[in-house]
Amino acid sequence: MRTLLSDTALVFGRYARQTLRSKAAMTFGALMPALYLVLYGPLLTDVPLGGAGSSWQVLVPGLLLQLALFGASFAGMGLIIEKQHGIVDRMRVTPVSRLALLLGRVLRDAALLTLQAGVIVLVAVAMGLRAPLPGILLGFAFTAALALSLAALSYALAMKAAAPMAFAPVVNGFTMPAMLLSGLLLPMSLAPGWLDVLSHVMPLRYLVDAVRAAFVGHYSDPALIRGALTALALMAVSVTAGTRYFRRAGA
Amino acid sequence: MDSSESIRTSGLSRTFATPRGPVEAVRGVDLTVRRGEILGLLGPNGAGKTTTLRMLTTLLAPTGGTATVAGHDLARDPAGVRRRIGYVAQSGGVDPAVSVREELVTQGRLYGLRGPRAEERAEELARELGLTELMERPCGALSGGQRRRLDIAMALTHRPEVLFLDEPTTGLDPGSRADLWDLVRRVRAEWGTTVVLTTHYLDEADALADRLVVVDRGTVVAEGTPTELKTRHAGSPDATLQDAFLAVTGRGPAPRDTTPVAV
Ligand SMILES: Nc1ncnc2c1ncn2[C@@H]1O[C@H](COP(=O)(O)OP(=O)(O)O)[C@@H](O)[C@H]1O
Ligand SMILES: [Mg+2]
Repeated sequence: MRTLLSDTALVFGRYARQTLRSKAAMTFGALMPALYLVLYGPLLTDVPLGGAGSSWQVLVPGLLLQLALFGASFAGMGLIIEKQHGIVDRMRVTPVSRLALLLGRVLRDAALLTLQAGVIVLVAVAMGLRAPLPGILLGFAFTAALALSLAALSYALAMKAAAPMAFAPVVNGFTMPAMLLSGLLLPMSLAPGWLDVLSHVMPLRYLVDAVRAAFVGHYSDPALIRGALTALALMAVSVTAGTRYFRRAGA
Repeated sequence: MDSSESIRTSGLSRTFATPRGPVEAVRGVDLTVRRGEILGLLGPNGAGKTTTLRMLTTLLAPTGGTATVAGHDLARDPAGVRRRIGYVAQSGGVDPAVSVREELVTQGRLYGLRGPRAEERAEELARELGLTELMERPCGALSGGQRRRLDIAMALTHRPEVLFLDEPTTGLDPGSRADLWDLVRRVRAEWGTTVVLTTHYLDEADALADRLVVVDRGTVVAEGTPTELKTRHAGSPDATLQDAFLAVTGRGPAPRDTTPVAV
């Protein structure tokens, strides 16, 4: 246990320093949601979106999870480059914990994306968002959970993929439907019945509904419980899958 | 396994499933490596040298056979194997953007050294391998020969019993190759380290290895000291290893243009 913690801290430190060296990695990921916030948010202020709260309380939760969705899904790209440098094998040949090799990396991703989520919320408050603090903090927790899960899956895929050309299309093929089917941009309550039903197969939808409930202060809303359970299940499955690939690499 | 042996494999195999059908990269390799020996795995590209090394270093699970490395069973106790071996992949294993010092310290900590001890060990390794002046440089700014020395320093962090080197001199200039041969000999002389290295350079195999295992298409096709191989397969101890290699495999070890210094 002590080795797992210190190994995870070691791996986390290495990749946190890598992120700090790269200004692009720190800012680029937050750019897209920030643009949505500034250029798309104002369009919604007078549109009836259904449900409680202002349009900002509907939009910002979606943007936080969108940030995690796109930021974490591509995390594996860096691992593919590291594989080509032999760095992954060099680490796997040491006695370091396999779980730590994954956890150190995904915690870096979750930390970076949660920090960026903080910036998005600050900008949103300046634009007119008003939401209760506990709700916003819950929103960060869901952002971190989604980032951690998707980063773990992305690393698992990257361990299998031989080249970026094999990796990127799969990730694109997943992120676009995930965004459209989860009601990230507009709530699914506005959707025709068939689309609403279809969206329930997308786990991300439950997280979006939960963060929207949190942002309007409905802490006993069943949507919040459903979202929390979905997030826990997602994390368990993805970390297990990711660790498996660090234990026995395919290629 | 007797205590004078460092590695023993029996029927070691690896088949890859590919979209074009199974690829039998390694087919039933039986190997014995003595303690303190420098063993050369010699073979043309695609012979299965890297795959064999990746299995012996716990990076890749065999699909058949068994192996004991440094006294520990590969399948039952991979963690025990990892604590006693060092490995340098053909591509090396350092981040070009990270400094030499940071990589050496991180490596120490990956092997379980606490912070201050890892820093001491990094200094020690740098002294032993002539990297002291380069400590603050990013790894990407090192020459090919310096990079290889760093890779080997990293693999020696925990004073392993067995050191695996995959094509350690491919791409190096002749001067750096000779330096690297000296370094490998020194590691064995000073610490009694067993060294298993792969190469497709015949001059390297001849000059550096105590014993050679020639692999071709995933199997061992000949084995012995360079002199034995020359005598047995080319008719005379004064023959070239090239003649012996041709007699064994029916072709040269690599295309001529990529091996300007091959015999
Ligand atoms: N991950 C893999 N998937 C499919 N085939 C592989 C893989 N790794 C190696 N091979 C194949 O196995 C054979 C042996 O490769 P390798 O061990 O790299 O040879 P060498 O190191 O002697 O050049 C080659 O035919 C190679 O294409
Ligand atoms: Mg090879």
